[in-house]
Amino acid sequence: MAMTAIPAATLPDRVAAAREALDAHVREIIQWHFSPETGTPFWLDAVAGTNPYLKLDFDPRKEIHGFADLRKFGFFEDEWLRGGPVRRWVPRAYQDRPIYVFETGGTTGIPKTRINIEDFRIDYEQFSETLPDEYFPRGANWLMLGPSGPRRLRLAVEHLCQYRGGICFCIDLDPRWVVKCLKRGWVDVAKAYMEHCIEQALTILEAGHDIKCMFATPKLLEALALELEKRGTSLRQMGITGIFCGGTEMTSQWIRFTIEELLGPGIYIAPTYGNTLMGLAVAPMPRPQDHYKITYYAPQPRAVVEVVDFDDYNRLVAYGQEGRVLLTTLTREFFMPRFPERDEGVREPPCERFPWDGVSGVKPFRGFAATTTVGVY
Amino acid sequence: MLHIPISRWGEPYQSMETDRVVHFQTGEVLAEVSRANAALVERDMRHARRAREVLREIPIRELLAMLKKAADLYTRAELPLGNGSQTPEQFVRMQSATTGMPEHMCRFNMEKNHFVLTNMDKILDSLTRGLDLEILCRGYGVESRGVPISFQCQSPVLGLVLPSNSPGVHTLWLPIIPLQIGLVLKPGPQEPWTPYRMTQAFIEAGVPKQAMAIYPGLGDVGAAVVNACPRSLIFGSSQTVEQYKGNPRVQVHGPGFSKILFGDDTVDEWEKYLDLMVDSVLVNSGRGCINCSGIWVSRHGRRIAQALAERMGPIEPKPPDDPQAQLAAFTVSGQAEAIYADIARDLAQPGVEDMTARFGPRLVKQERCAYLRPMVVFCSSPDANIAKKEYMFPFVTVVECPQEKMLEKIGSTLVCTAITADAKFQRALADAPHIDRLNIGPIPTIKLNWLQPHEGNIVDFLFRARAFQFDKDWIRI
Repeated sequence: MAMTAIPAATLPDRVAAAREALDAHVREIIQWHFSPETGTPFWLDAVAGTNPYLKLDFDPRKEIHGFADLRKFGFFEDEWLRGGPVRRWVPRAYQDRPIYVFETGGTTGIPKTRINIEDFRIDYEQFSETLPDEYFPRGANWLMLGPSGPRRLRLAVEHLCQYRGGICFCIDLDPRWVVKCLKRGWVDVAKAYMEHCIEQALTILEAGHDIKCMFATPKLLEALALELEKRGTSLRQMGITGIFCGGTEMTSQWIRFTIEELLGPGIYIAPTYGNTLMGLAVAPMPRPQDHYKITYYAPQPRAVVEVVDFDDYNRLVAYGQEGRVLLTTLTREFFMPRFPERDEGVREPPCERFPWDGVSGVKPFRGFAATTTVGVY
Repeated sequence: MLHIPISRWGEPYQSMETDRVVHFQTGEVLAEVSRANAALVERDMRHARRAREVLREIPIRELLAMLKKAADLYTRAELPLGNGSQTPEQFVRMQSATTGMPEHMCRFNMEKNHFVLTNMDKILDSLTRGLDLEILCRGYGVESRGVPISFQCQSPVLGLVLPSNSPGVHTLWLPIIPLQIGLVLKPGPQEPWTPYRMTQAFIEAGVPKQAMAIYPGLGDVGAAVVNACPRSLIFGSSQTVEQYKGNPRVQVHGPGFSKILFGDDTVDEWEKYLDLMVDSVLVNSGRGCINCSGIWVSRHGRRIAQALAERMGPIEPKPPDDPQAQLAAFTVSGQAEAIYADIARDLAQPGVEDMTARFGPRLVKQERCAYLRPMVVFCSSPDANIAKKEYMFPFVTVVECPQEKMLEKIGSTLVCTAITADAKFQRALADAPHIDRLNIGPIPTIKLNWLQPHEGNIVDFLFRARAFQFDKDWIRI
């Protein structure tokens, strides 16, 4: 009997399938967070009318059937994440589990907090599958050249390294101090602190730990590479083959310059976009033939990135158009529907590898750009 | 489309990101300018020493001759610009179209740059107080009285973070190349024209291209220039001045708060000096730091303000190619509105009066730009907030203040024209550390003597006098 080839699903089919999977995931997450047995106090109280921040006049378990219905929630306000009691964000089903709390912001005032149990591990294990083993060898040791303290990134990168069989070396870095220095105009102090961070990294790299991979924020990566060049060496010569980069904006020009002049051949750079509230959106390594465009795709269905009209967040912009980034997080630990992020970008169409919308050209939202101080992180 | 690349020591580099420079009236895109990134600037500084080395291979007198040639090329020749070229007339139109300055003012600024370039030998002679320039080149020498002298260059390059709003400032960096120091230029977003045209004129005249770099970009690029260059000259607001105050690596040029002070001995004759006051406020559309923003008198303040208002209040915006145009447009969206709102808040204070109000609205909005017509504000007291303000349009306060309190109250003043023959007052003015350029007598604030230093001597900023002893049998340099 002749064998019949099963035709590979076309992109539209895959997009439709991903959408169906997303809708199913939304229903599951809604059931979880709004069920009296497993639900999250913040959301249960919102339905019961006892949440001082938010009152919902509908029963999500009955009225939310898919992603599009999340519109009924309006927009998530990150102010709800400031201050305690933080337990209101812990689903009842997880009340007895060990809880991490990760902070974002907090240079001045009360930082925003997100509770975590396993999410950071799950997100980074999924991210691990996108890293090419050729450049991020299994078992390789890593350098974490990023923020320490109450940050998700610190533990997540260490977990990523351990998950891939390596040991992670970290530096001490308080990004809030850097931002505070810059806001006060203490440019020299901020510069000295940056040098202090780079010195720590160089000490680790030169200590014979056989480090091949690293996480770095864009500013720290360029500072490290420039310092190595001044010393007559390079990241490649130090043994680095894979760099996971994230934390702040990366432009096409920055990534092109970094690839062409700071890294050179033989090093893979994986740009990412994400934060404590969402997780990690990944981008294939930018290429000259694509004009070094960096297009990020969220880890759907656990998180969704949309690009919406600057004046009407209920309206998606057309592909290729700019808009504000709207984030939705859909995990059993954290439900965050439709949060207008402090970024803007260009809506990108689905691709074979990621059959859902992406975002490129991410930069600080124009409404906030003038007031945002980008430090080292 | 005209594309202007980054110039990495003379090598063009096209960025993945560009900024469009737009005609303020028509919206026409005049050029796309490559946008640098900060690390690119920092990395290129590994060649900063080479910039000085290539210049030191050329004797200073030859560099001065090249500048004279460059002066003519800058004002008369069609010069390469990015992927195209630019005639002098195109330069004037483009500069006017993006900065909002009337074309005749742009032409005047070209002539000013030409004058400075062709007289550079005299200017350097003055700034160095007659020093044999070979001593700067060699690093040491011997005075005619037999004493060794030495000047230590503090940086192989000078970084410049240039503004958009006042094409007149470019004269400040023209003496750098003949001092055998390289240039690292970050142009203002609306005024890429002068840095590119001037450096191109230099190159055509024989200056090595490796001595100059141009990095257009955003604020991070300006910060990178200041960070990477051991000596920088930047232009900015009072906030910028405050930020870099006391930083020996940075010379900041902020608002001038330039003033005319009348002594009690001359104030009754104020009418004789009305033209001088109007010129000091109005020339170059009031954009320069040397334009007068305050006239201080012990009496007749209201009458003086009224007379100035009658002269300047009726002035209206005219098209940029009109030879009679006296006002520059605000080409950055919202800027004129923000300035006007700031002034309106201060006008609410008691003892403050807008004398130009009766000549019609001051804020004139057009489709893609806005104008602020001249404003003359009378202040009955030096303590009014507005008495300490300066804006980049013809704006002046006439402040009543007793003569004996003036020096205590005027604050930082870049140019002070003191119209007085009172010896005691003159002595106090000469001794006042918060006055930079002092004019005694009826000299407009905008009249510069190019043979004198401006906001600190650039030679002193770049070279440090130090001890140097040598045995003539041993010295080989």
